[in-house]
Amino acid sequence: MNGVPLTWYLILSAVLFALGIAGFLFRKSVITIFMSIELMLNAVNLSFVAFSYQLKQVNGHIFSFFVMVVAAAEAAVGLAIILTVFKNRSTLNVDEVNSMKY
Amino acid sequence: MDVILFLIFAIIAVVSGVNVVVQTHPISSALSLIGVMGSLAVLYLLLGAEFIAMAQIIVYAGAVMVLFIFVIMLLNAGAESKRGRSLVAQLLGFPLLIAFLALTSYFVQRLYTNGAVVHFGGFQGGTAQNIGRALFTQYLLPFEVTSILILIGIVGAIVLARKELD
Amino acid sequence: MNFFLLSIIKAAVIAFVLLTTLAYLQWVERKVIAHIQVRLGPSRVGPHGLLQPLADVIKLITKEDLIPSHVNKFVYLLAPFLAVTMALISISVIPFGPEIKIFGQPTWMQLTDLNIGLLMILAVSSMGVYGIALAGWASNNKYSLLGGLRSSAQMISYELPLSLAIVSPLLLSNALSLRRIVETQAGSIIHWNILRLPAPQIVSFFVFLIAGFAETNRVPFDLPEAENELVAGFHTEYSSMKFAAFFMAEYANMVTISCVTAILFLGGWQPLFPVAWGSNYVPVAILAAAGLVAIYHGLHPARRLDRLTLPAFGLIFLAIAALFLIPAGQSALLPLFWFLAKVGFILFLFIWIRGTLPRFRYDQLMRFAWTVLFPIAIANLLVTGFLVAWRS
Repeated sequence: MNGVPLTWYLILSAVLFALGIAGFLFRKSVITIFMSIELMLNAVNLSFVAFSYQLKQVNGHIFSFFVMVVAAAEAAVGLAIILTVFKNRSTLNVDEVNSMKY
Repeated sequence: MDVILFLIFAIIAVVSGVNVVVQTHPISSALSLIGVMGSLAVLYLLLGAEFIAMAQIIVYAGAVMVLFIFVIMLLNAGAESKRGRSLVAQLLGFPLLIAFLALTSYFVQRLYTNGAVVHFGGFQGGTAQNIGRALFTQYLLPFEVTSILILIGIVGAIVLARKELD
Repeated sequence: MNFFLLSIIKAAVIAFVLLTTLAYLQWVERKVIAHIQVRLGPSRVGPHGLLQPLADVIKLITKEDLIPSHVNKFVYLLAPFLAVTMALISISVIPFGPEIKIFGQPTWMQLTDLNIGLLMILAVSSMGVYGIALAGWASNNKYSLLGGLRSSAQMISYELPLSLAIVSPLLLSNALSLRRIVETQAGSIIHWNILRLPAPQIVSFFVFLIAGFAETNRVPFDLPEAENELVAGFHTEYSSMKFAAFFMAEYANMVTISCVTAILFLGGWQPLFPVAWGSNYVPVAILAAAGLVAIYHGLHPARRLDRLTLPAFGLIFLAIAALFLIPAGQSALLPLFWFLAKVGFILFLFIWIRGTLPRFRYDQLMRFAWTVLFPIAIANLLVTGFLVAWRS
């Protein structure tokens, strides 16, 4: 064949999303959990761009652009929160940050 | 040629993705995530999304991941410890994940019969001009709202991360 | 002569010329800084020190290549590789001239033209930050870590005014492809983006140049890597070829920023005044004048060796001047001369400023980026946008 079927792109997106969820559920370090969230967002971006090719419209690219912008803002604020939690609790393990009162 | 490029970069993306989840040290996870983003940028180029591919490298791989790496270096995050992991979850989780993905792939292949075939150059509408035109006419309101969102993000990050003046 | 073979030939020529230029750029820098400081510079190895880069390369290759014991080996070896790869990739989209015929096949003097070429250069320079940040972290040394973090924070902060200074001439040229940007500046000097009505880009030129100095970690912004600060910063623990890789990356970044400045603001390979007014004879005139000056000084030389070398250089200059008179090669050589003249001028500006200005302190540097350069770049963008919309 001289082209790639679109379903392969969708399957790749599903695989990356599932890996992101696996990382989110299994890992203990809060920074790695954050990176799994970014992996999930990337997988969704791939899905948007693939469907934009299918429908031959640019709207999927615009959605993907907004997802990137929101992910950047979320990463900035989330990492600031992680810095504050580390300053107060001195740990990056999510299992140990389990009570409101220190 | 399209198939070879897709297979190479899809395999790099999946292997790097597995690495993100499996590696113990956060820096190795971060470097693998940069690998995922790079190979996804190539896949976007294959899908004709040239502006999004460059935006992915400039914004995601070039700024967001640098922020992650700064925070990992500042906090001196070390490798994770292996205690407290449930053995049942590890033994069951991995085969169930493979089974779930296999089932998903089978159903996507079977039910999505009129999918397009992706050639390089098949979609010429991903230029900066088209995206700019759509962004400033049809999607102007979300564009302005995201600019306010970024402003909120900046203010929030600065307030949270500054030193308290006692 | 199909496309594939032609591309390989072009890639080989560009790679060879670029690597030689990087080595000799260091010679030029040492000579120019020496003459600014009223001393001679390298003058023993070969005539006028011209074989000094060769000696440096031999020294760097034969030095002991140590890897300290407590470093994170994979990241320690990855960092210089990333730095030098990203620095060399961005030369592949620079247009050196218009369309010419090589062996009968029409082709452009450019390795490849992307219709998002300018974004690719920004993307690759964003990835170049990783080389420095990871080098600082992997060395397991607090001075390297501080130097690496400072340097990458500086590069990220100055990427913003750099990008804003790039957008303003884009409003005039209306294309992201570097080839199209040069083609829209055809004419004479008043059509170059720096002086083009409706919006001359002089402020944006200076903002881009200053941000370019900071992106490439050059004086006056080289606090993170200066030898007498932080024990040489992020490349403290690197020796021989890995250290050479970082230096090659820095000079390649300098060449890239100079080429992009020449393309965006100074008209790329377009001549200074139109061909109808005789601009084809400017390179001949300059090179012939240089050759005659060299031969004249060769008659009363300051040193005994110069009695041989100066007339030899004079004859070489005259031969190259004669080369510009052959009509067969003129369509390729003349645009190349103009482009290299502009790039050379900006590289000389880089070296001149290194020899003249002291360096900024780190907090002064960051404050300058965020409170001075960034508002000026935004204001310039607003004014340019308003003028372009008003006139069209």
